Amino acid sequence: MGTYLLRRLLATIPVMGVVALFVFALLHLTPGDPAAVIAGDYASPADVERIRHQLGLDKPLHTQLGIWLWHVVRGDLGTSIFSGLPVTKLIAQRMEPTLALTVATMTIAVVVAVPLGILAAWKAGTWIDRLVMVFAVLGFSIPVFWLGFLFIYGFSIRLELLPVQGYVSFKKGLLPFLKHLVLPSLTLGMVYMALIARMTRGQHAGVLREDYVRTAYAKGLKAGAVLLRHALKNAALPIVTIIGIGVALLIGGVVVTESVFAIPGLGRLTVDAVLHRDYPVIQGIILVFSGVYVLINLGVDIVYTLLDPRIRY
Amino acid sequence: MLTAERETASQPLRRRQAQLWRLCRRHPTMLCGLTLLAAMVFVALAAPYLATSDPLELNPIDRLRPPSANHWFGTDMLGRDIYSRTVYGSRISLIVGLCVALLSLAAGLVIGLISGYNRHVDAVVMRIMDGLMAIPAILLAIALIALVSASVHNVIIALTIPEIPRVVRLVRSVVLSLREQAFVEASIATGASVLRVLGRHIMPNTLAPLIVQGTYICASAVIFEAYLSFLGAGTPPEIPSWGNIMAEGRTYMQLAFWIILFPGLFLALTVLAINLVGDGLRDTLDPKLARRM
Repeated sequence: MGTYLLRRLLATIPVMGVVALFVFALLHLTPGDPAAVIAGDYASPADVERIRHQLGLDKPLHTQLGIWLWHVVRGDLGTSIFSGLPVTKLIAQRMEPTLALTVATMTIAVVVAVPLGILAAWKAGTWIDRLVMVFAVLGFSIPVFWLGFLFIYGFSIRLELLPVQGYVSFKKGLLPFLKHLVLPSLTLGMVYMALIARMTRGQHAGVLREDYVRTAYAKGLKAGAVLLRHALKNAALPIVTIIGIGVALLIGGVVVTESVFAIPGLGRLTVDAVLHRDYPVIQGIILVFSGVYVLINLGVDIVYTLLDPRIRY
Repeated sequence: MLTAERETASQPLRRRQAQLWRLCRRHPTMLCGLTLLAAMVFVALAAPYLATSDPLELNPIDRLRPPSANHWFGTDMLGRDIYSRTVYGSRISLIVGLCVALLSLAAGLVIGLISGYNRHVDAVVMRIMDGLMAIPAILLAIALIALVSASVHNVIIALTIPEIPRVVRLVRSVVLSLREQAFVEASIATGASVLRVLGRHIMPNTLAPLIVQGTYICASAVIFEAYLSFLGAGTPPEIPSWGNIMAEGRTYMQLAFWIILFPGLFLALTVLAINLVGDGLRDTLDPKLARRM
């Protein structure tokens, strides 16, 4: 187990290495002069020169890569061109709303979707099953931002039940915090719910056909006990995996959802950085998000070994 | 040689068509999807005839008018007809979806075949693919767009790159499982060239999962194009696309919800249609995957 963990941990290094190389290369893949691209269309030659020097673009490429990697390893992601603040500071400032949104979304999605999937598998072939599957297909197909606007229009503008947009920190009270979070996390959670419900149904339906499930029924256990104690335990592994894979989906959705609901999180920071061509910020965000994704999948792999005693490395 | 091959190929093709028909009857949802998709393609192709006015025509007197007999889907803040803009917007969505699917399948197929067949290439390629897959697709696309100017073909390239690793993995897994099979070994033993083994024996077996994967890529590309345009990093504003019509309408959401409602509805229906077709194809072409989902 110890060596497995170590091996799995070491395996993340090349992945992050490729990500870092790619992020570095992004700036140099541009057709034309990266300094001019960052400076924008209305920059004077002096501005371009200043930016070139500020970013170290006047040094040879391998030196640039070395310096950049050394900084990244030490946790220095550079300085924003637009605001002049360190990128790490900008990201840290925007972390809370995004974290709150993703945690709320994952919680809602898992709490709603896993029981739905189990129900659909249990009642396979009936109208309940069909209804859940229709919901799953719809969840995949409805664009996040459109759903967000429908929710805002219905619940906030028409019914005036919830705030239209914005974010309130939990430090300023739990109720306003949750009120602002309900619609964004429902919006963002729809795709995720669809994915988890579908996966849970598929796995659970397979397990329900196993001999030991029939045995469990035969010895007189109630359906609830069979479904949860016997079947869910064995269907849990792929469900955990899909929760891990879905994180990528979630990160993509965060960018759009935060934009729709005017939440000042990492997603908004990304969009603003793109519109300002603030390249150090974009690079930093990609590194952070990819790192989170790699770490979560590492966590999923570890949970795997804990959940399934049959897996031994 | 070519005609002989085509003749032998047409037999299974006819059988395929019969299969497809039976499939449609057995999977009414797939038939729904196909019909809906065909309707969308028709709308895109016939846009100049279906549109009631020029999608770019400004009409300041008729600003923010609700849906009426003159303007079926209402008008936006510049008095442009939302119905005509939505109809034209279907062109961008479908072109982007189709191109991204085809390009990523083609690139992924080539890289996957080579990577699956050659261990040395495989080691390097898969490391790169693992790294690319760790970057969330939409972020990668946004970052690529930020570098180049926003245009439809840049959007297509930016959306294609994040999809390639998933296709490579799929193709590679098929190649790896087939490489040890008797018919492939037999073919190598009879002196067939690498190209022939890959092209004649291995590639046809990747087609079914690739088609299924392609429909899902197409669906997500349609959504992602709208995301990018909505965020202001996609199709330039002078070309009507569902994403940027909605982006323009968001400021007027309280006054004129129809600007967002109708393009979004078209977008959702198109993606739904492609997903339904994809699910139907998966159930028939790739039963192993269907059982897993």
